Amino acid sequence: MNWNFVIFSLVKIAIVIGVVQGMVAYAVLAERKISAWIQDRVGPNRCAPPFAKYIPVVGPALIRLGIFQPLADGLKFMLKEDFTPAGVRKIYFFLAPAIAVIPSMLVVAVIPFGSQIGAQKMVISDLNVGILYTFGIVSLGVYGIVLAGYAANSKYPMFGGIRSSAQMISYEISMGMSVIPVLLIVGNLNLSRIIGWQSAHGWMVFYAPVSFVIFLIASFAETNRLPFDLPEAETELVGGYHTEYSSMKFALFFLAEYSNMVASSGMMVTLFFGGWTLPFWGLDQPATTLGAGLAHILIFLVKMLVFMVLFIWVRWMFPRFRYDQLMDLGWRRFVPLALVNILATAIILWMKS
Amino acid sequence: MIVNRKPLTFWERLYLPAIAGGLKVTLRHAYRTLFEGKKVTMEYPEQKWAVPPDYRGAPYLVKDQEGNTKCVSCQLCEFVCPPKAIRITPPGESGKLADRSNAEKMPAEFEINMLRCIFCGMCQEVCPEEAIFLLKDYSLTGQSRDEMIYNKEKLLALGGTHGGIQKWKHKLEEAKAQDNFPVKI
Repeated sequence: MNWNFVIFSLVKIAIVIGVVQGMVAYAVLAERKISAWIQDRVGPNRCAPPFAKYIPVVGPALIRLGIFQPLADGLKFMLKEDFTPAGVRKIYFFLAPAIAVIPSMLVVAVIPFGSQIGAQKMVISDLNVGILYTFGIVSLGVYGIVLAGYAANSKYPMFGGIRSSAQMISYEISMGMSVIPVLLIVGNLNLSRIIGWQSAHGWMVFYAPVSFVIFLIASFAETNRLPFDLPEAETELVGGYHTEYSSMKFALFFLAEYSNMVASSGMMVTLFFGGWTLPFWGLDQPATTLGAGLAHILIFLVKMLVFMVLFIWVRWMFPRFRYDQLMDLGWRRFVPLALVNILATAIILWMKS
Repeated sequence: MIVNRKPLTFWERLYLPAIAGGLKVTLRHAYRTLFEGKKVTMEYPEQKWAVPPDYRGAPYLVKDQEGNTKCVSCQLCEFVCPPKAIRITPPGESGKLADRSNAEKMPAEFEINMLRCIFCGMCQEVCPEEAIFLLKDYSLTGQSRDEMIYNKEKLLALGGTHGGIQKWKHKLEEAKAQDNFPVKI
């Protein structure tokens, strides 16, 4: 047993989980602020702890930006009554939020969020089957939602659960197939190797643009974001699968959705946009100094934030798809397109070799 | 009515023009809100709404130019009040006289329950002494139901002084208006 490995892994897990949770909290704030700006509103700008007044210069600006809002939101979720409706299937009802959260937290384990600091690689687990692991875990995410829909013993959550099972399973297929050209080009499933290939040859998005588009749209569907938020559909299913949940259990579903967004952004950055590398200033090689190591982590986070903003922005842009349109898009457009994409990539690679 | 649903063209089915349009609209709105200050939100306690001149706010009692109570405790408003929000306690036979010389009496107590009041303005319309007016207050708050029953003292303090007695001037205008009723052009 290598104690060094255990300790460093635990530290990395703690930091990554902490950062992901922080990003989730502030993604909710960003969602509210961006939606407000798009809709000509101001957004949360009041919430402030008593000490905020005494922060010099930036204090009022921070309050107007709503920087303290996530703290209040968290507190509110903690203090709310945790209500269990009569007639729910108790065990599943309690189990569902946990099953929804755990996969979304596990996905980040294989994503390299930086090159290295000292001798430590900035990835929790440098698996050789990184992408397969990701798809395996992501597909577990649907169980939490379906179980929540089933356990609530109510019509709307049931609809939400059923829709989500169909939607997530169908989009997983096109998502999985969209990545195959990337694997063909790189010839490796290890995410660190994929980043290494990209730092040598340029970003994957220029080699496999069709893959990127399919992956992007499929990840919108996988994370239940608009325009594919049929399982939630506030306007028709009154919240869908989490209608009957309150307090922290509801917060866990929220957490799962937003950490899925974080994970998908991370995956997209890793697969298509060169991960922690930048093609200039010599930032495309594993770091040798502490500064460069931190810079790599920062680059990764900034790239991820771009995708988070895209996720949020798109939500306030499109109406929701109808159920049959969603299935049509998934099965009759993306699956054939992904297959053709695989074939074309394979043929081009074969011609070249 | 028959809506002619044209099948989407190939370009439309790609959703790309719609995506570009959506990006453009949302960006334009975000830009205007952020950099041109064209937001629709009124940040209430700091910014206040301009009350229109004929707005019917909370009914308050007013004083005349010498600071005397104008109300003579006739109880017409109490009678006409649709939700029965007004309660007047008359002074009684041996009660205190009015604090002005040209009136016989004034109410011993005058209460308006602001939780019942519907701001219809009938009390103002019916008052023969022009003693009660719907002023511009619209945000009445209190910590309890009792607090929302405004007594005479409070109503007089909130109503303030109403300049001049215009009762007969208005009656004259009304009479003239009645004389010329089918308006001749």
